[in-house]
Amino acid sequence: MKRIIIALISGLIFGAGLVISEMVNPVKVQRFLDLFGNWDSSLAFVMGGAVAVTLVTSRFIVKRKTPWFADRFYMAVKTNIDSRLILGASLFGLGWGLSGYCPGPGIINAMINPAEAVLFLPALIIGGWIGQRYSA
Amino acid sequence: MFETFPSLALFGGILIGISAALLLAFNGRIAGISGILYNLLFNPLSGSERSWRLAFLIGLIGGGYLMLPVEFELRQSYPPILLIVSGLAVGIGTRIGNGCTSGHGVCGIGLMAGRSLVATATFMASGIITVTILRNFIG
Repeated sequence: MKRIIIALISGLIFGAGLVISEMVNPVKVQRFLDLFGNWDSSLAFVMGGAVAVTLVTSRFIVKRKTPWFADRFYMAVKTNIDSRLILGASLFGLGWGLSGYCPGPGIINAMINPAEAVLFLPALIIGGWIGQRYSA
Repeated sequence: MFETFPSLALFGGILIGISAALLLAFNGRIAGISGILYNLLFNPLSGSERSWRLAFLIGLIGGGYLMLPVEFELRQSYPPILLIVSGLAVGIGTRIGNGCTSGHGVCGIGLMAGRSLVATATFMASGIITVTILRNFIG
């Protein structure tokens, strides 16, 4: 129960952060990615702010043997850089640029711009399913 | 200076960082949205493995809802084909690359994981190339 409440609070703060920072505005995201055009730098502060917090906190957090409410840290198993990682990240970047949506903002846009979410979200889930098949 | 400084972007980013730190410190989990979503949808999970992921996604949607309405103008009549191809590419890419902006970009870099640094540099570069091509050749 404790873990569920933490996950809920964490999700709440994450969702609020995505909206407040305007990461959920795909036009702004595309302008952020338009480095060689009319670049809008403001979203660099979203990534910058988030990474500043995780860089500082993570080193203290993982110094502990276990998390407060769980028996261990569930870290990524893979540590090697392989062609799947590069191919996957390249495809993700392509999709991110085409619409301005990454998964979190895509989900939240079901409430903001449902006309777009009704196309993006099913495609995202089908894509994830295809990726899963390819991973197996 | 203060009018143009993106303070809301910075504040929102700090909130995202705090969210990821909370989940890691208390639950030992990575706040990676694509991974949480796919595990929930495609992998058979035990009750507790399912419920925290569900709680996170409900929170994500709820937290977004609490901050609505947004101030920006909604995009109108964006080409449906771009939205569909985008969704497919984001879905396939984040599954085989094991992460998106949150998992690799925020959590992974925070943990100084080499894989995440490479993934983030790659999807940023790919996103920039995509938008540059879109702007200059398609419109």
